[in-house]
Amino acid sequence: MTATAMTTTAMNAAAALPLLQVDHLSMRFGGLVAVDDVSFTAMDRQITGIIGPNGAGKTTVFNCLTGFYKPTVGRLALSHSDGREFLLERMDGFRITQHAHVARTFQNIRLFPRMSVLENLIVAQHNKLMRASGYSVFGILGLGVYRRAEQAAVERARYWLGRVGLTDRANDEAGNLPYGAQRRLEIARAMCTEPVLLCLDEPAAGLNARESEELNELLKFIRDEHKIGVLLIEHDMSVVMRISDHIVVLDYGRKIADGNPEKIRNDPTVIRAYLGEEEDETLPPEVARDLGVRG
Amino acid sequence: MAYFLQQMINGLTVGSMFGLIAIGYTMVYGIIGMVNFAHGDIFMVGGFIAIIAFMVLGLLGITWVPLALLCILILGMAFTALHGWVVERVAYRPLRGSNRLAPLISAIGMSIFLQNYVQLLQGARNKALPPIISGGIEVMDMGGFAVKLGYMQIVIVGLTIVLMIGFTLLISRTSLGRQQRACEQDMKMAWLLGVDVDRTIALTFVMGAGLAAVAGLVWLMYYGVIDFFVGYLAGIKAFTAAVLGGIGSLPGAMLGGILIGLIDTLWAGYFSNEYHDVATFAVLVLVLIFRPTGLLGKPEIEKV
Amino acid sequence: MAEATVNTSAAPAAATGARAHEPSFVYLVKDALATGAIALALAFPLVGFRTVDRGSTTIIETRFGQMFLGVAVIALGRFAFSLIDAGYARAILAGSGVLSVAWLLLVAVDPGGAAIFPLGWMSWMLVVSVALRAAYVSWGDRSEARGDAVSPGDRVAATVQRLAVFFGPVLLLFAIAMPLLPMADQRWVDLGILVLTYVMLGWGLNVVVGLAGLLDLGYVAFYAVGAYSYAIIAKTFGLNFWEALPMAGGLAAMFGVLLGFPVLRLRGDYLAIVTLGFGEIVRVVLLNWNELSNGPKGIGEIPRPSFFGMPFTPAPPQGVTSFHQWFSAHLWEIGFSPIQRAVYLYYIILLLALLTNIFTLRIRKLPIGRAWEALREDEIACRALGINPTNTKLTAFAIGAMFGGFAGSFFATRQGFISPESFNFIESAIILAIVVLGGMGSQIGVVIASIVLIGGPEWFRDLESYRMLAFGGLMVLIMIWRPQGLLAFREPTILLKPKAGPP
Repeated sequence: MTATAMTTTAMNAAAALPLLQVDHLSMRFGGLVAVDDVSFTAMDRQITGIIGPNGAGKTTVFNCLTGFYKPTVGRLALSHSDGREFLLERMDGFRITQHAHVARTFQNIRLFPRMSVLENLIVAQHNKLMRASGYSVFGILGLGVYRRAEQAAVERARYWLGRVGLTDRANDEAGNLPYGAQRRLEIARAMCTEPVLLCLDEPAAGLNARESEELNELLKFIRDEHKIGVLLIEHDMSVVMRISDHIVVLDYGRKIADGNPEKIRNDPTVIRAYLGEEEDETLPPEVARDLGVRG
Repeated sequence: MAYFLQQMINGLTVGSMFGLIAIGYTMVYGIIGMVNFAHGDIFMVGGFIAIIAFMVLGLLGITWVPLALLCILILGMAFTALHGWVVERVAYRPLRGSNRLAPLISAIGMSIFLQNYVQLLQGARNKALPPIISGGIEVMDMGGFAVKLGYMQIVIVGLTIVLMIGFTLLISRTSLGRQQRACEQDMKMAWLLGVDVDRTIALTFVMGAGLAAVAGLVWLMYYGVIDFFVGYLAGIKAFTAAVLGGIGSLPGAMLGGILIGLIDTLWAGYFSNEYHDVATFAVLVLVLIFRPTGLLGKPEIEKV
Repeated sequence: MAEATVNTSAAPAAATGARAHEPSFVYLVKDALATGAIALALAFPLVGFRTVDRGSTTIIETRFGQMFLGVAVIALGRFAFSLIDAGYARAILAGSGVLSVAWLLLVAVDPGGAAIFPLGWMSWMLVVSVALRAAYVSWGDRSEARGDAVSPGDRVAATVQRLAVFFGPVLLLFAIAMPLLPMADQRWVDLGILVLTYVMLGWGLNVVVGLAGLLDLGYVAFYAVGAYSYAIIAKTFGLNFWEALPMAGGLAAMFGVLLGFPVLRLRGDYLAIVTLGFGEIVRVVLLNWNELSNGPKGIGEIPRPSFFGMPFTPAPPQGVTSFHQWFSAHLWEIGFSPIQRAVYLYYIILLLALLTNIFTLRIRKLPIGRAWEALREDEIACRALGINPTNTKLTAFAIGAMFGGFAGSFFATRQGFISPESFNFIESAIILAIVVLGGMGSQIGVVIASIVLIGGPEWFRDLESYRMLAFGGLMVLIMIWRPQGLLAFREPTILLKPKAGPP
């Protein structure tokens, strides 16, 4: 298992280009410094994990990336494979998804609960469909241009429904899905925006072991088959350590380590940040196993 | 100059009343994040209770003005606060945690209900009250224009100042005030720490309604008439005051109230009497465009 | 913003859901008495005393008798509601049902006999609502016993929606045929026009409130802008109704954009209060801007609609054929009658309303319509999907305003005279009540609500004075009971059909 993971990483690293470059990102709320001078690079076609204890500033980094907050200081540069570059810190939230193609999910799921599962996925393709409907003019007139575009949107939705195993529930209200399915639907919805960078905020929270395993497979599939970068905030170490190609560790808003899972696992600063100053012997067994600390 | 001074005095008086109403808007907004559209009508109910209390006291023979005023103040605050409490209990509490449109519709429904309830019970016509406190001091005489400071105006501004001091102490010093501020910051956490959130919210409505009752009383005494529709415009103006001062901020509400009173009066005094309502509305829109947090408000951090 | 997700309140009696287990009888009596005491304290100043105008002075009268009766009715009502929740729903249903029917029979036999019930219609409405609640709860208990997942409210909404598929066309056919039916006199046609005007306004506002979830409390302002625009354009440039209509609608939409643009970036509450203020401001401006609007005197002699250039007049000027002359010449002989114009106006508003409906039904299935609904559900998620929230809301707001403007133009041409007094807050409140009580987002609900809320009071003049009181109260009750709207039942705008062949 580890061996395969290593080969994939090595393989990807060879082909990988920098996708997102975060330079000196700081975010202050009044006197509180939530993120303090963080810099890191996320590669294309890689999964970059962002970990850190509660309140380390992970979600704030996400909110800066996706335009919900304007960073106090810092440069967030996203490069597309065609060479276009976007400075995310200067863009409005919705334009980041619309033009720079960054998609995200939320820590506390944000679906459109009273709309159907399929509609959730169609809404995600809004901008494309708006253009196809001639900003509603062709749509009102019922022209074929729009009907074909809508059909294509449905097909894309069908593809992702199959991927996340929700084809049977396509016409049900999204709010009636079980928790794990809602998490998967949110990822599918984000993918329907055709992102180059997918930001997932604790996608494994509240999932059981089997669902968490399925999630790992889905994320690897997205990375390998759709060839996009994934940025992942996660508490569940078993997820992060096993699927991340690269890990950034935050603590109290600062970056304390950066590297591949092997390096992070053995980094004394990281172990201290997570577990305090004590030595390995006092670790609860399940934490030690998750961190992969060998006694 | 004298004219200007006179307008300032009048504006300050009117502004005190707007400020008293605005506090109810701002506190409710601060704690549960909704605009209580029925608050203007609570103010109107306060005015009606005051006029009825005046007449009943008159029948009972209590005519010594200070005593009558004190009785009416206490009775009016108590009965109006009860209305505020019931409105919260009936129309808002069951909706806590539902979608954001529901409490707003419930609030406007309550506003329509209260207007028509009072209209049905007390009739649609203006209710007039003979002046209780009249006369005033001539502050100065400049070129034939006498600047007058009515006793009524002194009472209004004085009463407002006393209430504001008491109220500020209540919020900053008592445990009730502490709980209220805690709920404002984080309702869930306050609840986990043992604050009775429902009671605190209910008391917020009660306090807001109590101050609105005072505003209703002084409004009645200042203008001498009241009708069932008076809460509509006064409510919008007071809300504008709350937004101008920074919604959620108590000193802001008072400051906004005084500014709106001044704008209203000066506009009517210098430009046109017809359009002074438009002036307030323009202020509301301009503040929302350029400074949605108001003068003293804190920016809202969106929780994602 | 305080995130109001904590639901710490003890379940109020009106809330559906878990019912208390067999609370003691004594407790219920105490509870009813406590409610009565609060009601007494509330009623004492405003119900117990009444200010009466006597010439120039105001005197005060007491009416303690009515006050105590009212309080007793409320305490009894509370007691009945608690009994329903305690599991005596069937018994209460039987009792209150018999009582409310007996009441109606009594009134039918002897209209004065209603006086033996205290407080007239008010207590009747309470009895009826007790009966409805009891019916609802006993139905809910039965379906709970059967293990149904769907709440009775949802089921009612779904049934109405299903019936609408059949009922809608029937209603439409009736609407088309109505003026031609033998019983259709001037009064019927006028009432039809009135109801259809509100149907159109309701459908227009439904785009804003029901679909986009934006609370517009000053819808009448756009109605006024449309009416005055039409009147001024038609009189100044001599344009006919169909030429001036798009301009009036466009102007109303423009006002919508101007007003919405600064406010729609902000939280929904601000939009509500700004529209509330705007409704009043438009009225104030119309009252005072004499050069434009002729002030409180209003604008008269607004061009009436003509049928392809043929006016509805008994004696047209030289060289102009009037409608009845043309009709007599080409089809069959008719004389002039004012009802011809009324019938024509009826068909105009029917057409306008249907256009509004078709437009709404279509746009709901387009990306913009789905985005409106998505914004209503979760604005933050929309932003994360690349939807521009301000522009999207603005289109909904402007389209709603445009339909309001169309309806306003129709109003102006129908009346021939407009003044600021036709456009006050009560109108906004009535339109909002139609949308809310009809079930936000439900097109058929708006029709039913318009017929009941507008047509009803026209027939039962007794209820006129209670109308707005009931609207306000019902808005509160419906929000408590079904915040998504009374008849809200959402059909998905698109269905995933199984793919032909193997996947």
